[in-house]
Amino acid sequence: MSRDFSGPELLFLLGALRWTVLLTVVAFIGGGLGGFIVALARVSPVRGVRWAATVFVGLLQGTPLLLQLFVSFYGLAVLTGVRLDPWPAVALAFTLYAAAFLGDIWRGTIEAIPAAQWEAATALGLRRWRTLRSVILPQAARIAIPPTVGFLVQLIKNTSVAAIVGFVELTRAGQLMVNVTFQPMVVYPLVAALYFAVCFPLTFAAGRLETRLDARLGR
Amino acid sequence: MHYVFQFGVVWDHWPELLDGAVATLWMSCAAFALGLAFAVLCTFARTSRSRVLRGAVRGYVEVIRNTPLLVQLFIVYFSLPSLGIRIEADQAAVLGLALNFGGYAVEILRSGIEAVPRGQVEAATALGLRRLRIFRHVILFPAIRVSYPALAAQFILILLGSSVVSAISAEELTSAVNSLQSTTFRSFEFYFAALTIYLAMAAAARLLLDLTFWAAFTRGRPAMGARA
Repeated sequence: MSRDFSGPELLFLLGALRWTVLLTVVAFIGGGLGGFIVALARVSPVRGVRWAATVFVGLLQGTPLLLQLFVSFYGLAVLTGVRLDPWPAVALAFTLYAAAFLGDIWRGTIEAIPAAQWEAATALGLRRWRTLRSVILPQAARIAIPPTVGFLVQLIKNTSVAAIVGFVELTRAGQLMVNVTFQPMVVYPLVAALYFAVCFPLTFAAGRLETRLDARLGR
Repeated sequence: MHYVFQFGVVWDHWPELLDGAVATLWMSCAAFALGLAFAVLCTFARTSRSRVLRGAVRGYVEVIRNTPLLVQLFIVYFSLPSLGIRIEADQAAVLGLALNFGGYAVEILRSGIEAVPRGQVEAATALGLRRLRIFRHVILFPAIRVSYPALAAQFILILLGSSVVSAISAEELTSAVNSLQSTTFRSFEFYFAALTIYLAMAAAARLLLDLTFWAAFTRGRPAMGARA
């Protein structure tokens, strides 16, 4: 018995899109906070702190996101003896993933600020933390916006991997609809179109912001 | 914590892990080569006078960049058979990864081509070279040299991203680990082993790609932009 793909099925997909967005928002906020700490740690004067942040970023960027999800999902459940609910396990994995990538992006923008800015601030008698807060970070934040929006698009697309561990978001909802309607030729392109509708405006905005920033910086 | 780690069972299954790692590497290399070839074709089509052709390339790039790899794989493996195009899971995986990488490669090659000075193309035209020859010798090779680091980074992304093809039942490292952990109930140990193997493969690939860049482009040649 198979159902046709029509109104209710479309509504189901739209409803699932909400979970894709929610997971993205949670990971982006958590990852943003974590990434901020990682970026600061990467430019820390303390060697051990820099080293720890580098290892964290290297581990998360050097392994597949899917395996990070598996470890979070099954590994932790076995280790702690508690069967984790999908939500916290998936949210944890995506938050750490976002923290590593945002931390790396933001470190790059902090390092892009010319050393003369540090020296000038030191000459004015500002201490390290004050220099970072009042001089470096405001400038770094401006150049960080386009790549950050670019990563947000990556994050939205990559939340689809959570479907593999059974977390019901847009992609998983698409699989479920294919199982009842047997119409993969309708459902999957529609799922892709929904992702496109969310991601394309952001990609477009990121490109625009970058062009404008380049013009302002005279590149 | 009541859990006792048993890594011995991972050692017992090293041949399966090795097979999986080899399959992952093979799949990534095939997808990279296929995707790059397709991207070069698209890049050439982009210089065409036909607006339809240029628009098609642009549409392809935007669709790939704004939809998830996993959904692209589902379309290749599950949707295409409804059109009568039936392919094996492993082939669908390579095709999906290649189409995905191709979309990004077109953009990377474009920025490489923009780095080639316009005057060189004009000089080649003045010398009477035909369009394809200009594209090959004056535009493509310098562009690949400029694009190399970004393309190399993409290879690492394919290598790691290929783990999701286990979702369309293609056989590689992640699917090997998945079936091993479900039969041995040693999930953490096997996932840990897989993480280590991926980490090692990514590091080795990066080293090899850097060495290749040095051998092909840096050694015994003037720096980019230097006058001979």
